[in-house]
Amino acid sequence: MSAVGTLGRAILSNRKATAGAILLAICVFMALFPGLIAPGDPNAENFMPGQGPSAANWLGTTSYGQDIFAQFIWGARASMIIAVVAGLLSTVLSVLIGIAAGYLGGMADGVLSLVTDVFLVIPAFPLVVAIAAYSKSGGNGLIIAVLVITGWSYGARQLRAQVLSLRHREFLTAARLRGERSWRIIVSEILPNMTSLVVANFLGASVYAILTAAGLQFIGLGNVNVDSWGTMLYWAQNNEALQAGIPLWAIAPGLGIAVLGGAFALLNYAFDEISNPVLRPVRRTRRARRGS
Amino acid sequence: MRFIIRRLGFFVVTLWAALTVNFFLPRLMPGNPATAMMARFHGRLSGQALRALEVAFGVNTQQSLLVQYVTYLRDCFTGQFGRSLTFFPDSVAQVVFQALPWTLGLVGVTTVIAFILGTLIGMIGAWGRGGWFDSILPPVFIVLSAFPYFWIALVAILIFGITLDWLPVGFGYTNGSAITFTWPFILDVLRHAILPAITIIITSIGGWILTMRNNMIMTLNEDYVRMARAKGLSSARIMFDYAGRNAILPNLSGFGMSLGFVVSGAILVEYVFSYPGVGYMMLQAVLNEDYPLMQTLFLFITLAVLLAILAVDVVTVLLDPRTRSAG
Repeated sequence: MSAVGTLGRAILSNRKATAGAILLAICVFMALFPGLIAPGDPNAENFMPGQGPSAANWLGTTSYGQDIFAQFIWGARASMIIAVVAGLLSTVLSVLIGIAAGYLGGMADGVLSLVTDVFLVIPAFPLVVAIAAYSKSGGNGLIIAVLVITGWSYGARQLRAQVLSLRHREFLTAARLRGERSWRIIVSEILPNMTSLVVANFLGASVYAILTAAGLQFIGLGNVNVDSWGTMLYWAQNNEALQAGIPLWAIAPGLGIAVLGGAFALLNYAFDEISNPVLRPVRRTRRARRGS
Repeated sequence: MRFIIRRLGFFVVTLWAALTVNFFLPRLMPGNPATAMMARFHGRLSGQALRALEVAFGVNTQQSLLVQYVTYLRDCFTGQFGRSLTFFPDSVAQVVFQALPWTLGLVGVTTVIAFILGTLIGMIGAWGRGGWFDSILPPVFIVLSAFPYFWIALVAILIFGITLDWLPVGFGYTNGSAITFTWPFILDVLRHAILPAITIIITSIGGWILTMRNNMIMTLNEDYVRMARAKGLSSARIMFDYAGRNAILPNLSGFGMSLGFVVSGAILVEYVFSYPGVGYMMLQAVLNEDYPLMQTLFLFITLAVLLAILAVDVVTVLLDPRTRSAG
């Protein structure tokens, strides 16, 4: 309970973290209860097609006569699921490989680090596009799998570096001398010391997942009938929404992706400051004192 | 020297990994997708072209996987990538070499500009930490870096292309004009490149700012910086020659990681602007199920990224004497 309290205080004390948390909370609410904000089927073609904003359709209607506002609200869920699930899974993979490489050292470290660096350098998006293109019926499961395969390496590299810097600290030597088993040392001695880095990794991996999934859906890979912001953009682009005078069809979902990605990025930026006191914002008063 | 040799080794291993992924991907997928593609093109291809495809995708061959793999590697090294199905009868290599200069120009120039601007903004931000510059620019660009590249591209098209009608919104040059090295044509190309270039710059700059700013804050706390201050050196000298010069090194080594990300974003930017580079071609290949072209483009994109990283490694050696002596 106190850990939650500490986290809460940390978020409230940092303006960027507060902004990120509020944006994220809005997105979570939309993803959990879209029916409360926009009741009914978001794909129902009940309206005049291609209309601008009005009292009935706050953001206007699509070329098919669907309500853009309803589609926008219902699209949050898919992006959120992909962000959280892919973010979590790639973090788990990063932790496993990063810690194994850093802790085992020697040959194992050499091989794991090489694999990590190779995955890091191969441009992910063309690879993702190729995989998605080969497997036609790409549902959410496939997209998540691909995002995890291409998204874990950055975190693994950072975590390995952190383990290396911890490896020769006294508390670990003490644990080894006590005769603790390796996995116990890793789980209860090393991991707690890397919590902030693991959280930062999760946030970074989620941003990557949101943007890449949106890109894939935008070009029509994956299932184009899913309610998501990426698919909305796909249909908007296919119907030339910008030229047809209904730009909100493309702007609203993009803004949704940007807000969700931005929320994670802000939290990540703030976490950097929280976990590394050197980076914390300085108050003007301190500078004044130094100057005097 | 050992550093460069090790990096060359890494280059070879990564290239081999990319080639191998390319070889096994279609074979691992349920119901080899190439079979369906070949059925579509049956009768339109000569026997020889068909056989080349069979080798490339492992369809209807009695050869063992190992023999196929060796044949595939040899074909890649001798530049035999087969024929493109979308742009038939052009060979895949021809299509790739038509597209490559556009992307190298666009992504190369914008990456260098973004790197320089981002490094400068990060440096100045860290120098005047907590000031107005530092509290506005870095956060703004970091939030922008979480925006999808292609969406920024759409907004740019909407504002500058459609509403204001200042700039062309698609393709690399005015349709129908011949590709020549004359001033009107070059200006035309530049005009077409402005919107895609700005899109890539504003979305990729945030990453450089963040790392540079963090490195710079760290180096500003070092003793040699304090020493420089004590000696009474000018601010500019301390900022650029003492702190900045050291802070930029980790940023350079981070170049490799970020480059893959920028290239990924650039693919979608090219798609939105119908810019005739490798990203646009790649998505065309995907839509037309032109797997030979898609695979070759993936290889060339990887190769370009690896070469850029190698170039950065050489620059690192020149800038950082520590990499020269130690291994």
